[in-house]
Amino acid sequence: MVALSGCSRGVLDPAGPVAAGERTVLFNALAIMLCIVVPTILLALAVGWWFRAGNDKAEYRPDWSYSGRLELLVWSIPALVVIFLAGLTWISTHELAPEKPLASSVRPLQVQVVSLDWKWVFIYPELGIATVNRLVIPAGTPISFRITSGTVMNSFFISQLGSQIYAMSGMDAKLHLQADKPGRFHGLSAHYSGEGFADMDFAVDAVAPARFAGWVAQTRGRGQVLDTPRFLTLARHPGSEKQMAFGAVAPGLYDRIVANAGASVREEATDGRENSGVR
Amino acid sequence: MFGKLGLDSIPLDEPIPIAASAIVALAILSLLGWVWKRGYFPYLWREWITSVDHKRIGVMYCVLAAVMLLRGFSDALLMRSQQAIAYGNPGYLPPDHYDQVFTAHGVIMIFFVAMPFMIGLMNFAVPLQLGIRDVAFPTLNSVSFWLTASGALLVNVSLVIGEFAKTGWVVYPPLSELRFSPGVGVDYYLWALQISGVGTLLSGVNLVTTILKMRAPGMGYTRMPMFCWTSLATNLLIVAAFPILTATLAMLTLDRYLGFHFFTNELGGNQMMFVNLIWAWGHPEVYILILPAFGIFSEVVSTFSGKPLFGYRSMIVATMAICLLAFMVWLHHFFTMGAGADVNGFFGIATMIIAVPTGVKVFNWIFTMFGGRIRYTSMMLWSVGFIVTFVIGGMTGVLLAVPPADFVLHNSLFLVAHFHNIVIPGVLFGAFAGLTYWWPKAFGFTLDEKWGKRSFWFWLTGFYVAFMPLYVLGLMGMTRRLGHYNVAGWQPWLIAAGVGALLIACGIACQIVMFVVSIRNRAALVDESGDPWDGRTLEWATTSPPPIFNFAALPDVRGEEAYWGLKSAAREEQRLSDLPDYVAIEMPKNSPTGVVSAFFATAMGFALIWHIWWLVILGFVGAWATFVVFAWRDETEYEIAADEVERRDRLRREGKAALLGVPDGATT
Repeated sequence: MVALSGCSRGVLDPAGPVAAGERTVLFNALAIMLCIVVPTILLALAVGWWFRAGNDKAEYRPDWSYSGRLELLVWSIPALVVIFLAGLTWISTHELAPEKPLASSVRPLQVQVVSLDWKWVFIYPELGIATVNRLVIPAGTPISFRITSGTVMNSFFISQLGSQIYAMSGMDAKLHLQADKPGRFHGLSAHYSGEGFADMDFAVDAVAPARFAGWVAQTRGRGQVLDTPRFLTLARHPGSEKQMAFGAVAPGLYDRIVANAGASVREEATDGRENSGVR
Repeated sequence: MFGKLGLDSIPLDEPIPIAASAIVALAILSLLGWVWKRGYFPYLWREWITSVDHKRIGVMYCVLAAVMLLRGFSDALLMRSQQAIAYGNPGYLPPDHYDQVFTAHGVIMIFFVAMPFMIGLMNFAVPLQLGIRDVAFPTLNSVSFWLTASGALLVNVSLVIGEFAKTGWVVYPPLSELRFSPGVGVDYYLWALQISGVGTLLSGVNLVTTILKMRAPGMGYTRMPMFCWTSLATNLLIVAAFPILTATLAMLTLDRYLGFHFFTNELGGNQMMFVNLIWAWGHPEVYILILPAFGIFSEVVSTFSGKPLFGYRSMIVATMAICLLAFMVWLHHFFTMGAGADVNGFFGIATMIIAVPTGVKVFNWIFTMFGGRIRYTSMMLWSVGFIVTFVIGGMTGVLLAVPPADFVLHNSLFLVAHFHNIVIPGVLFGAFAGLTYWWPKAFGFTLDEKWGKRSFWFWLTGFYVAFMPLYVLGLMGMTRRLGHYNVAGWQPWLIAAGVGALLIACGIACQIVMFVVSIRNRAALVDESGDPWDGRTLEWATTSPPPIFNFAALPDVRGEEAYWGLKSAAREEQRLSDLPDYVAIEMPKNSPTGVVSAFFATAMGFALIWHIWWLVILGFVGAWATFVVFAWRDETEYEIAADEVERRDRLRREGKAALLGVPDGATT
């Protein structure tokens, strides 16, 4: 487990452009709706109170059950609000589409994410390194994630950076996020994935680009190599893992995991029909 | 001989489920012993278990729902206490147990509390409101109920023998596939839901037929009470949506039992198709639950405001619009699967459109109160509490329908807070209001109001204290289904939520006291007029409780609010309507078909779960043979003599004459 004592910042404390955009959408939609919801609640309480049986001042109109004007009003008020919200939704959905690259002059960093039982593997294909349960990114640089799963469905989510996307075996989801400033963030799986799910959180360290380069230099070429057999050991061993770093990664590993749909990472073929695993 | 079943299937090493089920088993045994000793068994068999009377079946559905509410709520208390404790430590529930608890909580609350409550109330009230003698297929109705009870039984058996699913209540594959869930838990889920699902589907067919084909003379569609309209919408949704669930679960069953690959990771299986299909059923399901509650609130608000429902036709349009739109929004359950902006945007907007007819309903309830003379009974409190709280839940629902907002709130405790904010005030408050409203009709005495109101206040405050913190936690980035966590800032909010759950427990305790007190004081609470609330619809025209045939002569409906019209006419003319020509009434005979076929279905389900193949065959043949025997029956009905009908109707007329202060037309 990742120690993050005292850290309870979340969606309302964005640390990147995506999360900030999403918070704005959230606030705008909330504000639009509060304009109608608050008066409605007050109206319900006021009408309910004024027309109580004990109140002699209230006029009793036992047969009043239709008013064309009011009908028009009760249909058009929610309709207008929804039309307004629909515009906001359509535009913001396109602007904040997870697969859409972020506008930036900085070249994005590629990170490939694989969810396993119950840990996260992060592969940096351009840098030839990989980590487990710790994602290190340069602040101010767009990160272009590709996300898959070597097991059941999970959801890759860093609440302060924004959008989550499902990690699914055989699928290659795209997500673009960015941390504006250095900091440590809490990442987790936002989709229940079995027994060790609660321990499936990870640390995200956004560091200044210079420090990031230093970290890469320090990591590359040292320690273990993440090749197919090592990956399968990780994948087949259910349980959470401590943070790890790999100084080298077998080329094309991620693509093979996707192509094999996460199959056979836990179970060897027994009848000759099953996929024979990551080759 | 016993398939996978062995002594080791009983989790003797887990004290909590064993102790809980020992207590439940003891309670059931002592209840059965008491029934046997007092000689009530023949009465129960004759009057309830084999009854095909829609009123009795409706009551049994509600009893089932109430019992299962206690079970589902115990699970809720376990979860809330676990999360309140488990900061930086594993808490007291190991993941193996905790995962079963949240799965069982969801399954039980949706399938075995909310569904039977709503189906029970529809069963009880719809034929009475339509002014008819029973549903279209009375014996099928009994079969439906007993199959639902079978499913509930199987879920409870899993507590003692084996395990329940550890997958979450919608059993997403590949987690629910054999490879990742090799135990019997998912099989319990599959067969419990398949068996009860058949019951639900039959019930839907039955009520749709009843409403479309069997209304009292003169009751056109635009004269039906609002509750009948929402029931029609709900049952149309059941008929259209439940087959999707059946098919989806059948495909998962094939994967698990016969090595198919519909939803597996390997060999071309597609987990996303399951997600797609389960929500094509799952989203209409939400409206299946909420629409009857909307109907109940419509009846209650109108009755206790002393006014007709405002904008009746507008309400019908809104109901049917919701019914249709319910099928067009399911994708909002998986915006985060990566469908792309056009698709997500479309379904986000489609979801918001449902807020329009729903908003219309809320305004129409408020305008129904406007100009009224509102009697604040507990039912009215549930209704106003519902309107105020539900509006908040609706708002957070629309927030979640905005895809960019959903990207950060999906699967979070914000979502959990949202749907409890819909289902508790919407479905449960509606069920409680309906229960209190129709209780005197079912049993001839009203429920104690003092304890009913206490229960309301505990439930309402408990709801806010339990679920508002979950909204905050969702915004803090806490996801659902965490057995433990290591973020210190979450714990205070989770402790607050736990306190809320305890307040709700007090609300439930008040309801139990309410039933005990009311039954004790039934002589003082007796309803002699058959119309304790000054009602407006036909169920109040007959006695409390109604005779088995409901109405001596089918009412002649001349407008909206049929019974209000009859009452007004009687007051105007200072006499009741003319005596009808009493004729003998044919009523369907009792039948053990339902309980016997459900017995075999339960055996078959249990055998399928444990791979006891001989028992599967026995159960299937038994259920089929029961059906054949029923189909070959010679006498289907019995006759109630005209004299007897007249005798009972004269008693009813005396009560009505006394209520309205007019001479009984029969004596003049």
